[in-house]
Amino acid sequence: MKSKLDVHGLNSYYGGAHILNNVHLKANASEVVALLGRNGAGKSTTFASLVGLVERCKGSIIFDDQEISDKPTHEIIRLGLGYVPEDRRIFTDLTVEENLLVGKQDERDGVRGWTEEMLFTLFPNLAEMRHRPGGQMSGGEQQMLTIARTLMGNPSMVLLDEPSEGLSPKIVEEMANAILEMKKHGLSIIISEQNLHFARLISDRAYIIEKGEIRYEGTMADLDKNDEIKNAYLAV
Amino acid sequence: MDFLFIQFLNGLSSASSLFLVASGLSIIFGVTHITNFAHGAFYMLGAYVAYTLTEAWMGAIGFWGGIIVAAGTVALFGALIEIILLRRIYRSPELFQLLATFGITLIIEDLVIQVWGAEDLLGRRAPGLDGAIDIFGQAFPTYELVLIALGPICLCALWLLFNRTRWGVLVRAATQDRMMVSALGVNQAWLFTGVFTLGVFLAALGGAVQIPRDAVHNAMDLQIIVEAFVIVVIGGFGNVLGAFLASFIIAELNSFGILLFPKISMILMFIVMALVLVVRPYGLLGKAETHARTALGNVVRPLAPLTRKAKNWVLAALLVFLILPIFADDFVLNVGSEILIFALFAASLHLMMGVGGMVSFGHAAYFGLGAYGVALLVKFLNMPMEAAIVIAPLLAIAGAIIFGWFCVRLSGVYLAMLTLAFAQISWSIIFQWDDVTGGDNGLLGIWPSEWASNQQAFYYMTLVIVIAALYAIRRIIFSPFGYTLRGCRDSLLRADAIGIDRLRIQWFGFVLAGSFSGLAGVLYAYLKGSVFPDYISIPLSVDGLVMVLLGGIQTVAGPIIGAGVFKALSTIIISHTEFWKIILGAFIVILVVAFPQGIVGFFLERFGSKEEDIAEEKQ
Amino acid sequence: MSSLVVKGLSKYFGGVKAVNNVDFEVQKGELLALIGPNGAGKSTCFNMLNGQLAADAGSIKLFDEEIIGLQPRQVWRKGVGRTFQIAATFTSMSVIENVQMAIISYHKRLLSMLPFAGSLYKEEAYELLELVSMEDQANRPCGMLAYGDVKRLELAIALANDPKILLMDEPAAGMAPNERIALMQLTADIVKDKGISVLFTEHDMDVVFSHANRVMVLNRGEVIALGLPSEIRENEEVQSIYLGTGAVYDEELVGNA
Repeated sequence: MKSKLDVHGLNSYYGGAHILNNVHLKANASEVVALLGRNGAGKSTTFASLVGLVERCKGSIIFDDQEISDKPTHEIIRLGLGYVPEDRRIFTDLTVEENLLVGKQDERDGVRGWTEEMLFTLFPNLAEMRHRPGGQMSGGEQQMLTIARTLMGNPSMVLLDEPSEGLSPKIVEEMANAILEMKKHGLSIIISEQNLHFARLISDRAYIIEKGEIRYEGTMADLDKNDEIKNAYLAV
Repeated sequence: MDFLFIQFLNGLSSASSLFLVASGLSIIFGVTHITNFAHGAFYMLGAYVAYTLTEAWMGAIGFWGGIIVAAGTVALFGALIEIILLRRIYRSPELFQLLATFGITLIIEDLVIQVWGAEDLLGRRAPGLDGAIDIFGQAFPTYELVLIALGPICLCALWLLFNRTRWGVLVRAATQDRMMVSALGVNQAWLFTGVFTLGVFLAALGGAVQIPRDAVHNAMDLQIIVEAFVIVVIGGFGNVLGAFLASFIIAELNSFGILLFPKISMILMFIVMALVLVVRPYGLLGKAETHARTALGNVVRPLAPLTRKAKNWVLAALLVFLILPIFADDFVLNVGSEILIFALFAASLHLMMGVGGMVSFGHAAYFGLGAYGVALLVKFLNMPMEAAIVIAPLLAIAGAIIFGWFCVRLSGVYLAMLTLAFAQISWSIIFQWDDVTGGDNGLLGIWPSEWASNQQAFYYMTLVIVIAALYAIRRIIFSPFGYTLRGCRDSLLRADAIGIDRLRIQWFGFVLAGSFSGLAGVLYAYLKGSVFPDYISIPLSVDGLVMVLLGGIQTVAGPIIGAGVFKALSTIIISHTEFWKIILGAFIVILVVAFPQGIVGFFLERFGSKEEDIAEEKQ
Repeated sequence: MSSLVVKGLSKYFGGVKAVNNVDFEVQKGELLALIGPNGAGKSTCFNMLNGQLAADAGSIKLFDEEIIGLQPRQVWRKGVGRTFQIAATFTSMSVIENVQMAIISYHKRLLSMLPFAGSLYKEEAYELLELVSMEDQANRPCGMLAYGDVKRLELAIALANDPKILLMDEPAAGMAPNERIALMQLTADIVKDKGISVLFTEHDMDVVFSHANRVMVLNRGEVIALGLPSEIRENEEVQSIYLGTGAVYDEELVGNA
């Protein structure tokens, strides 16, 4: 079966430092893949590299049969690869609706699109605050808005960088449900996570990254049984 | 009463042009973070091109067509500059971008003289609007009424653009977080080009509609850029409505100030700006700068003590300076003394902006106060040089103590603009207070003591004082106080959390920088034998910035080398060509593109030790 | 014995009661966790405790001394250390220099201009770094540290003035599970060793339930529960507004340290 996203030999540098070392990654259609690892292991850099936000970066990134490693960020996004960065980056002066407007793009062939109303169903909290400036929302509401904003671009795949970070356990549960809804909608999703409990609830497969290298790949179920690996890299 | 009303209307009609220019500046800054010094030059170009077109095209359509086409042409020119030059330097520190646009300004100023000549040009009246209407028995030009309407119309148009179109919402989003906008699939490069073009269009339009009112001349850029900056600061950066309010305030201030306070009319706006900033540190409608914006001139490379290799270089340079008098003539020695003095000036500015994180657009204030301190001591007390050198800097210190107390309460561009305001206020006092300071004529006859009166002796004296002062600055930078100052720059939050009284530390740093600058001014007064209001003026403050940035802000040696290169170059260029502005401007632009880390930073990166990288790889 | 006694602490933003009449005490030598939904007022509470935000009403007593209304730097001199949710360090300095700065400040030598700052209190700073196992990174530029290491550095800085109480804002955020446990274990050891108290906010319930001696729950600016971890865990109100079903934190408690 052909992969939705296929990454080979990805190397990234920041200043003089070699951050990613031959990273490989695959994700299929309608699959949730978890990229696990501690902070500084290279999860965020991997995502940023995939969408062209890392200046010095080489390797092969095939998305929907197309090499995208040499494309600028906005072109990659417009091909349908959505990206939600870890610090949310809501436009705090803009209202919820205006935030969504910035993310809006035309529908793509073969991708089920999203309307504002569908997103308000997915994240009911947002519906009540359409005209509220982003800066006056709580952390959990902002996290939902940032995902909704990316979905407005009608992506076929979404990269979610640490969606559970800094959220209360109850909101994290809601987030897990929303991600499963997105999967049902037909999206491929890669999440980067430190919270294994959360990742386990939603992921089909998992990669573990450590010091910029992929150290493990397998199904989430296999990883869950493998205490040795979990102790070595995640130490739960 | 009637007269006052007419004066009020006059103010309103000037406000429109000011608003056009200032809103353009504000929008460009908001999105691209570029402090566009060339904005005044685009305003001037708009006026010149409109002059040519309205002379060539007849009738009302020709006139208004000419105005619009002129603004459009200049906007396209601006777009070209953005695409060719600015796109290369968006990742550079913000002050470097300022420097590049300063270079562009110099080039445009000279080009304008080459194309249109140095004479003032009087533009045509607008056809059909060249009459006047009767208001309370006074004749008021019809054209002015059109201008009065233009401001609010443009404000509404901009409001609709930013709130009712997707492009406008994208611009507002990019103002907050440009990386995120491109991560949502927006082509950031073209968004920037569009915003820059819009901003330049507004500036050029502001210039073009001026031609029936005022003569077009080649110095109109400097005056308007300073006013526009003041307006943007009073209104709050990136806030169009704030710019509108502030334009109104400044225009009316100009209009009535000339009647009420003729002596200080030129600096009224600076006084108002200072007052506004003291009450509202981010302008009338501005908000605290968001996390997305790093402090001006912020750097992260840790300062390191000199390596053995670097020490050898310093010794070699010292040796060159020591033996220079053996083979150099008086002219060279004079230039050598000047370079040394400006090295101290630049180093003192670096202490404030590089180490302290407080960018100053008015560092000449303390230089000038020092120089005038000497002049006054010599003129009124006939004080000998040896005593004057020690006492004169006290005037600069006093100035820094007062101005600094206000300035350290602000941050970023607002702080920088307040330093400019205080420099202008000082300049104005000196310029206007004829009886004491000699006003425009300056004070003459400030000669060194007998023993130091020949070039060689004076050169050695300067060398000793400057080297001692530079050594002192270096020691301060590596002392606990210097570290604390740097800490306040790095993280206010952390400084506060470990018991550092930030205001006191920065105030103290401000005063120290001012006193070294004053010392440089003292030496300069003796070198030239006279003092003039120029010593305290904006161009000298800008020169200081150029020197620091040219050399590189992240090292202690950078500003010193920057001062040497800048002074030597400008001396050579000015003495060999009349196109010195074009050459200097082009040189600055090329340097900014080729050496985004400054000259010293560039060499460090190329040839310096790679310890950090090695340390990183070992991890 | 209580090291910190808070009474009637309140803060209003416009008409919103961000923190409303909050009372609590921190016992000497305990780790008290402050949890609650996003926007419940935890950060506001913290910022008032260290003086960053002026309280509208209430009293904060540190060993019977009123510290409300003081500037953050004055609060620090009274013995309240703080670490931040988003780490705040001097990025243009090395790791050890960051610690040295705190010690220099403690000894009130910030205005001194003669000595080289880099050689002042080096041994003391090194000892603090050893305490948090950061000694081998002492000379690295602070801007290059891994996230977890920055958090440990912040802990060392916070200990530089022999604090009586530490305020830690999401100390474990952004760290891997093993690092979280290690950092909290380290903190607990230091607390025991030096006899100080810790008040911390945290969203990671593994950390809270395994290391906190007591837990306080804030919702809409008010304290809705305060008790032992086991009590809080079973509290139905807390479950419905904050804890959820427990699916996203560990089912089995790591033994209480």
